[in-house]
Amino acid sequence: MSGNDAVVEGAIRAGLDCYFGYPITPQNEIIAGMAARLPPLGRVFLQSESELAAISMVHGAAAAGKRAMTTSSSPGVSLMQEGISYLAGSRLPAVIVNIQRGGPGLGNIAPAQGDYFQATRGGGNGDYRTIVLAPDSAQEMLDFTFEAFDLADQYRSPVLVLSDGRLGQMMEPVELRDPPARKRVEKPWALTGAKGRDAFFICSLRLPVPELAEHNRVLQKVYREIERREPRAEAYRTDDALLVFTAYGASARLCREAVDLLRDEGLKAGLLRPITLWPFPHKKLLASLKKAKTLVVTELSYGQMLDDVRLAVAERVPIEFLGYAGGEAPSIKELVALGRKLLKKSRRKNASKGKRR
Amino acid sequence: MIATEKKVFTRSPVLTPNITHYCPGCGHGIVHRLVAEAIEHYGIRERTVCVAPVGCSVLAYKYIDIDMSEAAHGRAPAVATGIKRARPDLFVMTYQGDGDLAAIGTAEIVHAANRGENISAIFVNNAVYGMTGGQMAPTTILGQKTTTTPTGRAANEGPPIKVCEMLGTMDAPSYIARVTVDKPAAVRKAKQAIITAFGRQLDNKGFSLVEVLSPCPTYWRLPPVKAVKRIEEWMVHTFPLGVYKDKEAENA
Ligand SMILES: Cc1ncc(C[n+]2csc(CCOP(=O)(O)OP(=O)(O)O)c2C)c(N)n1
Ligand code: SF4
Repeated sequence: MSGNDAVVEGAIRAGLDCYFGYPITPQNEIIAGMAARLPPLGRVFLQSESELAAISMVHGAAAAGKRAMTTSSSPGVSLMQEGISYLAGSRLPAVIVNIQRGGPGLGNIAPAQGDYFQATRGGGNGDYRTIVLAPDSAQEMLDFTFEAFDLADQYRSPVLVLSDGRLGQMMEPVELRDPPARKRVEKPWALTGAKGRDAFFICSLRLPVPELAEHNRVLQKVYREIERREPRAEAYRTDDALLVFTAYGASARLCREAVDLLRDEGLKAGLLRPITLWPFPHKKLLASLKKAKTLVVTELSYGQMLDDVRLAVAERVPIEFLGYAGGEAPSIKELVALGRKLLKKSRRKNASKGKRR
Repeated sequence: MIATEKKVFTRSPVLTPNITHYCPGCGHGIVHRLVAEAIEHYGIRERTVCVAPVGCSVLAYKYIDIDMSEAAHGRAPAVATGIKRARPDLFVMTYQGDGDLAAIGTAEIVHAANRGENISAIFVNNAVYGMTGGQMAPTTILGQKTTTTPTGRAANEGPPIKVCEMLGTMDAPSYIARVTVDKPAAVRKAKQAIITAFGRQLDNKGFSLVEVLSPCPTYWRLPPVKAVKRIEEWMVHTFPLGVYKDKEAENA
C-alpha cells in the first residue's frame, strides 16, 4: 500500500475518533481514505472549508476529549500554524501529518523537506514545541501515525508526523499491525458539560503576567521531559563507520542504499537517521560518530536539519552538506561517489600522518 | 398592612456571581444574561459547551457558569463544529463579536451555516472592534467614525456587512434572526429569539444564529443612555430587526 494509505490505517488502528481535512496534493489519498473508511465505523469525517478551519475543528474535538487529527501538505500546514499554537497553548492532544511538497509559496507538488524549521521550532507564535516523528517507509507511516496519538495524549500536546510526497505516494508492503501501545490516559480535563463539577475553560489565554509566566514554565517542563525520554534515531552500520551520513525520511532511504554499496566496496560507511526531529537525537548522533572522520548531512532542503546537526556535533568532525529543493534529490550514484572520495581522502590523510610520525 | 413581596427577578443560577469587566452601558452583560436564562430555560447547563470569541467577551467564562473552549480569532464556529461532531449529545454554541464573526471569521460562520451545523451562534453586533480600541468593524456604518476611519467610514471601505441577510439566503440554516437589547420589550424579544434558536439545536434542526445589536458606549464615544438610544436612531436603519430565516415556519 502507499504511505498515505498507511497513515489512514495507522490512525484508524490508534482509535482516531474525528478527522477534519482540506484537500491538497500530495496527500489527497489520506483525506479520501478517511472519507471512505471512517463513517462506516461510526467515526467522524468532515471536509473543512480551509486548513484554518480544519485545525480548529481538531481543536474542538480534542477539547471534547476525542482522538482527533488532520493531514495536509506544506502550504496547508502553514495555515494550520495558528491552530497548532492554540493547541499547544491549550495543552490539547492532536495529530497533524504533513506530506511535504516543494516550496516556498505554492512551490510544486514534488517531494521536499523544506518544512523542517517550521515543524521543529514550534512553527506558530509563542514558545512551544511539538514532537516531530519522521517516518522513512510506508510501514513507519502506519506505525508512527499510530504512536503519535499515544504521545499526544501522554504529553497533552500536538504531535506532528513529518513525511513527504515521495513516501506518501510510494507503494510498499506494509504489515497491518498495532505497534506497542502506551497506556491509554484518562482525560479528566475534557469539556463534557459541567455536570457534578466546576465549569472548565480550555484556553491558552492567561492575561495576568504571573499566570502566563507560570503556564510557560509548565510547558517548558513538559518539553524537557520529552527531550529526556523521547529522542529516537536509527543507527545503521555506524559502529565502525569512518563516514557517517545523517538524513531523515526520504533522504535517509537514499543514504542507506549508498551505505550498502560503499560497504560492498569495503568502505566503512554508516547512516544515522533521526526518527524524532524534535526532540533531536543529539546523543545518538554523537554516539554514531565514535570512529567517524566525516559526517555527511543530506536533506531535501538547504540546511535546516544541518543546524541541529551542527548544534549536536559542533567542531568534532568535519561536516559535508548536500542540499536539494524543488523536488530534486541526490542520486545514489552521487552519494556513493561522494562517500568514496571522502573516505579515500581521510585514508590518505591518515597515511601521511602515519609517515610523519 | 404590608403588601406581600413578590419576587419579579432573580439572577440566573447559570451566571456566576462575578462582576463583569465590561464598560458601563455595554450590551455584552445583557446578552450574557439572556444566554444564561435560555440555558436555564431548557435545563441544559450540564451538557452545554460554549466557544468563546476573541474580543471583549473573551472572558465570558468568568460570568457564564458553563464549560467553555477558547478559539482563535474568528474560528469559533469551526471549534464548535469539532465539539458538536465529536459529541452530538452536547449543546454547543458560539458567542462572537462582529469583528470575530464577520471579518476574520467570515469563512467559518458561512460554512458552518451552510452545512446546517447543529450549533447555535450568538452574534453581538456593536459596529466596532471593542477589545482592540474602537477600530472599524465589517459592520461599521457608513459615515461612522472609528480610530481607523477618523473621518467616517467611506464608500470605498465598503458598506456594512449584513450577516443575517447573507446567511438567510442559504438553504441549510434553521433559524436566523436579528434582535436588539435597547429597551425592556426588545430584551424580552431577544430572549425569545435566543430560546427559539437554542430549541432548534435541541430538536436537531440544525444551524441557528441570533444577531444582537448591542451598544458600545466607549467606542461610540457616547454616554450609556445616549448610546442605547443610538440603536434605534441609527443602527436599525442599516440592520433591520426581524427573522431572516425560519425553516420551521417555511415548512409549516
Ligand atoms: C489573529 C488575530 N488578529 C487580531 C487580533 C486582535 N483582536 C482582538 S479582538 C479583535 C476585534 C474584536 O472585535 P469584535 O469581534 O467586534 O468584538 P468586541 O470586542 O467588539 O466585542 C481583534 C482585531 C487577535 N487577537 N488575533
Ligand atoms: S469596549 Fe465596547 S464592547 Fe467592549 S466592554 Fe466596552 S462597551 Fe463593551
